[in-house]
Amino acid sequence: MPTAAPDAPLTSTTIEGAIDHLRATYPEAVRADDREGYGGIIVDSAQLLDIARFIRDDLGFDYLSSATAVDYLGAGDHMEMVYHAYRSRGGGALVFKAQAEREQPEIPSLVSVWRGADFQEREAWDLYGIHFPGHPNLTRILMWEGFHGHPMRKDWREAYYEEEQKPFDSRWPGGHVHRAEEKNVFGKNVSYPREIDLSRLMDTSESAVYQSLGLGVDVERVMDKDGFETNELVVNMGPHHPSTHGVFRMVLTVDGETVTSLEPVMGYLHRNHEKIGERNTYLHNIPFTDRLDYISSMGNNHGYVLAVEHLLSLGRRYNEPTYRCETLRVMMVELSRIVNHLWAIGFWLNDIGAFFTPVLYFIQERERIMDFFEAVAGSRMMCNYMRFGGLFADLPERIKSVSNLVNDRARDYNTMQFLTEMVSERIPRTIDELEQLLTQNEILIERSVGVGVLSAADAINYSAAGPLLRGSGVPYDIRRADPYSIYDELDFDVAVEDAGDMYARYLVRVKELRESVRILRQILPRLEATQGESIWADGKPGAYAPRVPLGEAYGRVENGKGELGYYIVSAGGKSGTANPWRYHVRAPSFINLTPMGIMSQGHKVADIVGILGSIDIVLGETDR
Amino acid sequence: MDLNLQELNATEFPVPAELESNIAITSLSQLYNWGRRNSMWPMLFGLACCAIEMIATASSRFDFSRFGFEVMRATPRQADLMIVSGTVTKKMVVPIVRLYNQMPEPKYVLAMGACASGGGPFKEGYNVVSGMDKYLPVDVYVPGCPPTPQALLYGMIALQRKIDGQSIANGDDVPWYGVGSAEPTPVPVLGPDIIDPRQMDMIRRQAERAANDMAALGMRELPAAMQMVAAKAPTATAAPVEAAPVDGNALAFVLPAGGRPWEEAEDIREKRRLRALARKAVRASRRASAEEE
Repeated sequence: MPTAAPDAPLTSTTIEGAIDHLRATYPEAVRADDREGYGGIIVDSAQLLDIARFIRDDLGFDYLSSATAVDYLGAGDHMEMVYHAYRSRGGGALVFKAQAEREQPEIPSLVSVWRGADFQEREAWDLYGIHFPGHPNLTRILMWEGFHGHPMRKDWREAYYEEEQKPFDSRWPGGHVHRAEEKNVFGKNVSYPREIDLSRLMDTSESAVYQSLGLGVDVERVMDKDGFETNELVVNMGPHHPSTHGVFRMVLTVDGETVTSLEPVMGYLHRNHEKIGERNTYLHNIPFTDRLDYISSMGNNHGYVLAVEHLLSLGRRYNEPTYRCETLRVMMVELSRIVNHLWAIGFWLNDIGAFFTPVLYFIQERERIMDFFEAVAGSRMMCNYMRFGGLFADLPERIKSVSNLVNDRARDYNTMQFLTEMVSERIPRTIDELEQLLTQNEILIERSVGVGVLSAADAINYSAAGPLLRGSGVPYDIRRADPYSIYDELDFDVAVEDAGDMYARYLVRVKELRESVRILRQILPRLEATQGESIWADGKPGAYAPRVPLGEAYGRVENGKGELGYYIVSAGGKSGTANPWRYHVRAPSFINLTPMGIMSQGHKVADIVGILGSIDIVLGETDR
Repeated sequence: MDLNLQELNATEFPVPAELESNIAITSLSQLYNWGRRNSMWPMLFGLACCAIEMIATASSRFDFSRFGFEVMRATPRQADLMIVSGTVTKKMVVPIVRLYNQMPEPKYVLAMGACASGGGPFKEGYNVVSGMDKYLPVDVYVPGCPPTPQALLYGMIALQRKIDGQSIANGDDVPWYGVGSAEPTPVPVLGPDIIDPRQMDMIRRQAERAANDMAALGMRELPAAMQMVAAKAPTATAAPVEAAPVDGNALAFVLPAGGRPWEEAEDIREKRRLRALARKAVRASRRASAEEE
């Protein structure tokens, strides 16, 4: 029976209350997921659509954060879709799952309930071969149409396959080191199916893209409003285009200068993060997370260690990270956020016409933060800084910048002085300068107000996250909505703007820059106070090669680009396992592109690059 | 870049000391290379993480314009240098080869970072090309993940040094000084997996064996393949691969008519390279003896 108070509305029950309600309403179709270390419910896929609507409308979980597939080969032999739904007012996740048999798996599409499921289901089809009846455009999204097999399935092996899990025996020490090319007849990272018939070989990858968009080769003749006969044209932007922020591609149809439809095409930087991640050990994956959103690597580390720490806490021996460790993590993440937003605003300005001049100004502060990262973590961009239950290293006493040897002089600062100067003078000054030049700038306002509008309801339904969501008037920031680390004791406001256009997103980013500085101001005294405290949970670097107990975990953080989540399944024995069974990244850059089509309709071609820039994507994360 | 005539001067005839900063007697190659090395325009073309450091290298703190890499151009038609800045995926290598073919000669490729050089951390991935050199000739490799801006600058300066050593007097030094136009690099095809048109023969042979339930050829049984892989031994000794009959449909994927088979072209390239090295050695010894005098 429902445990919620009888007169309390259903939309504000606890998670347990909501689950009880679901089980009471659908006693046949809902059962608790009682596998060891798992939570949530398993839903009969025949009734998945009804139940999803009930979860959204009656229980109030209106925001579908993540939808991903898991292949349980050898552990039940089924495919499973895992959904994490949240309330846009805040709180924890309602996790529900639907299962299907491994051969010809079929699970009803949830696109009609949450539009945000669109790309994620296409990804599950592409990589796992799960069919989603009811999906409007179920085509491959990361690989090309015509690729053999669904590569994330556990029994699919890549050309350079060596063993199921790392460390490989061939690796030093003890093994014979070889180059993978030497073992492959073609000398390349390729393998062809037995039945390949070169005489019938057709490259269908391009025509499939156009077909899936309902575009023929012929241009259609349309009459515009004044009776002129015009042609509707298909325009490709990307994958090589200076404003796509990497190797992203958009296929637009235009009527004159006006965009009638837009479809993102991606996968040009799909570097198999998840497949490699499932071969890696847990620890191996930390440097790989750096390369997701390569502009804010610290934030990526943070989400991942949170997820694994959650799994570790299910085991017997686990200590929380120390306070100093958490403080340092938050500081690094906030510095990353500043770098991220400076790049985001700078690149966006590139896109709307202020070519590179603003970026050159923002890079000055970015370079100083890079110096700091280099001194602390050893690398400018790919910091590889966080560990399970700790950090790579504490702050050094002095910061010596090697980078500046280019100008024949090394910088040398006291760390705390350097940070204090950054936080109290330099960064605020940069933000002031930025605002002074841009916020009231007439050209900027003319270009961005009212362009690329996304309503609050759409933003939630399309699973938008980060500044894109908050720029549409939804005050949803995971640091407040579902606090982690020490954010609940820090004083800051959630930046939000109501207009939902490009300008609103810009304002949100500027506000968040200021809030980050505000957080950093509170971090510095905490750093002083915890001087000398260990950065490791039990005082020594203990969790370097953890054996992670059975179970699943979803760790999510508010990264610069939005909600970054890691869904991890550990399928170890009693003593735990060193390799994840499933390692999934809920990438904000990927899911934030879902509403790109509706945001661009009716705008001019020149605005499209601006709208894309205002979403702020990084391809390492979009394509993974 | 200032014109330093003393540096450019390369002659056995002495130039009077008072005229040294006004007159230089030099070879056409040297003058030409001097002009070219100091106006290398990279293509504005970012792939992945390395692209961010590439932008940082172009920006105020490091500023590669100081070394003549003046400005990045978004179109391949105006670029001399392709900096492959990041992981090359199978899906992306098709447009990259097209872009390379669109660049006017002389053109250079710099593989920035571990991924572009050899696949890097993502090498084993099913959609990853393990190194740009599997498809395009790479001039300079810059290690790092990502390389620091200093490392990239160093690589770009290394490329300039490479250009210094090229000669227009000897037509076979680099392909574009030779006779006739160079052939475009064949564009890979996205089939069940990526297909390099230069390997069509081998793929066909493997497929035929698989169709007849024979085990795939190993490396030892495929001398030509082994040569391709090793790419170090001269291919002249390799047993020629018998060209299988070609269906009409597949014609689009074999080399254009009149084009040299890949091995032969590679052989010529290798010979050119050896000759260039020999000439370079002669030049160096001449310079050394001139200095002694």
